[in-house]
Amino acid sequence: MASLTPTVGGSRARRAAVPFSQSPASGTLAGVLTSIAAGICLLLVVLMLLFLLWYTWPAIRYNGLSILSDITWNIGNQYGTGSSIHNGVAAEPGAEFGGLVFLVGTLLSALLAMVFAVPLALGVALTIVYRLPERLRLPTNALIELMAGIPSVVYGLWGTIVLVPWVGNHVAPFVTHHFGFIPFLGGDAGSGNGLFAAAIVLAIMVMPIMVATVRDVLLAQPKSIYEASMALGSTSWQAVTHAVLPSVRTGIVGAILVAFGRALGETMAVLMVAGNAINILPQNIFSPINTIAAVVVSQLESAVSDASGVAQRSLAELALVLFVISLAVNTIARVAIRGQDRSH
Amino acid sequence: MVSHVKRNVAISRFWWVLCIASLVGALLVLLSLFGFVFVRGIAAIRPDIFVTVTQGIAGGLANAIAGTMLLVTLAVVLVVPVGIGAAIWVTQFAPDRLRIVVRLSIDVLFGVPSIVVGYFLYVALVETAGWGFSLVAGSLALAIIMLPYVYRAADLAFSAVPRDLVEASVALGARPLTTFLRVAFPWALPGTLTGLLIGVGIALGETAPLIYTAGWSNYMPTLAPTHSPVGYLTYVVWTFINEPFKESHQLAYAAAFLLMIGIFVTNFVARAAVEYWASRTRSHA
Repeated sequence: MASLTPTVGGSRARRAAVPFSQSPASGTLAGVLTSIAAGICLLLVVLMLLFLLWYTWPAIRYNGLSILSDITWNIGNQYGTGSSIHNGVAAEPGAEFGGLVFLVGTLLSALLAMVFAVPLALGVALTIVYRLPERLRLPTNALIELMAGIPSVVYGLWGTIVLVPWVGNHVAPFVTHHFGFIPFLGGDAGSGNGLFAAAIVLAIMVMPIMVATVRDVLLAQPKSIYEASMALGSTSWQAVTHAVLPSVRTGIVGAILVAFGRALGETMAVLMVAGNAINILPQNIFSPINTIAAVVVSQLESAVSDASGVAQRSLAELALVLFVISLAVNTIARVAIRGQDRSH
Repeated sequence: MVSHVKRNVAISRFWWVLCIASLVGALLVLLSLFGFVFVRGIAAIRPDIFVTVTQGIAGGLANAIAGTMLLVTLAVVLVVPVGIGAAIWVTQFAPDRLRIVVRLSIDVLFGVPSIVVGYFLYVALVETAGWGFSLVAGSLALAIIMLPYVYRAADLAFSAVPRDLVEASVALGARPLTTFLRVAFPWALPGTLTGLLIGVGIALGETAPLIYTAGWSNYMPTLAPTHSPVGYLTYVVWTFINEPFKESHQLAYAAAFLLMIGIFVTNFVARAAVEYWASRTRSHA
């Protein structure tokens, strides 16, 4: 059993708790079993991407670029004769699968949500770190965490019953009447279901994650930055805006991007308050919209009835587009957060 | 000079008031949400909803409660060996390079929208494999969504096992497996369980990945793995609120209330486990 003597100072000593590495042979079975688990984790994302790509391929050929540029979503005449053929793929006559409305809705609602959420989350995080007495901090953090745990569908329920009527009866008429001269704020006040309500719900939903991340970034920063600035005679607000915030810029950008990624992929709450628009781009901030995530849920039943199957595959193509966008946003966010970690 | 300082102080005060107002605003929104769900939910809870199944848009929630529990339980069974096993491999066996790759793929999984997971499983299992709406498809969707939470907590917990404890055990002549089971594993267990509970909280509230995998059923769930749709609480919240009947609205509120209670209880237990874990770590140091 001499081989079990711990190697101190060697390369293994850097690893925290590695009983097996000192005697690889005796850990073989455990090593094989757990490596299978790790393999599943590793292959899951790759498998998902490849399978969706394979399944979507006919739709990619049928739709070409129009999945991103066309505003008409039409599964075609299911009772007609003949078929509509693009690039050798046949769908029902008149079938068009344009996803521009959903892509625009996804991006606009998530961006508008950020416009609402970023200043609020910054304010909340700064208050927690610099203004809240110690004994209030723990309960406040617990409440913020509680907020993050509320399911999407409950936000959707609250949105449907509380928020949407308020927007439809008060906010939208007021804004379109008094601020209608500003582009995108005038015109039809709508019913309350739409871009504005979706953005508000999304903002509330992503705020807890953003607050938690910004708070942790602020707390990880040495207190001396704030104190040095105060000692030089600046006010506490100047210390925060001129000394602390510039030093955590990348971390905050990362937090915003993570929240943005969440907002892009959010389904149920948006589905319930966004107004389920189809074949029309939003005219103003209160117009009904649709997002990729929401349309996958709301259009699947109709897509299943498409005998050619291209409608279902086109929905999968939209899901794939959402997948790729989320992947890109999250990658940039991770790079930003890692950059922040390295800077201190 | 003095007026200049006064102005700066006033500006500082103004912005801090706005910051505090944003915290108060956030708490008011939270209050509105809780008040809404709790007031309407408690009013809608009747004893018989726990024993009757949904009938069309009325009846009870027995099938949805049982379905949610069944889906989440099976998801836990599926995710525990994979998530915790992978974390054990990464912390105990993996070469440096592969360790980074597994952690990266988990990070990527965190960012995949849940509807994408749901649609992928719908296409792959419900359609292509021909399972139909089923318990296993729904639980797999939940397991994939829980996986990054479970994995990350387990990875952190096993990485935090103090090296001196492991070395002491090895020095006393314990075999590696004994050291792992008697020293590392007990140490990492609370942190791992916390991650699992957070995952359960997420899974309880998921809707989008279940709609086209578990489907929906007005009947009590069967234990059939495939070809038998399963009802769940979040579906009731989503669809019944859009029906024009008071009875269906009542069920939607009751379902939302039960979900919130379930999630709060799991999150509270998870938090308590964190506290317990932290206090034990402190006593070691």
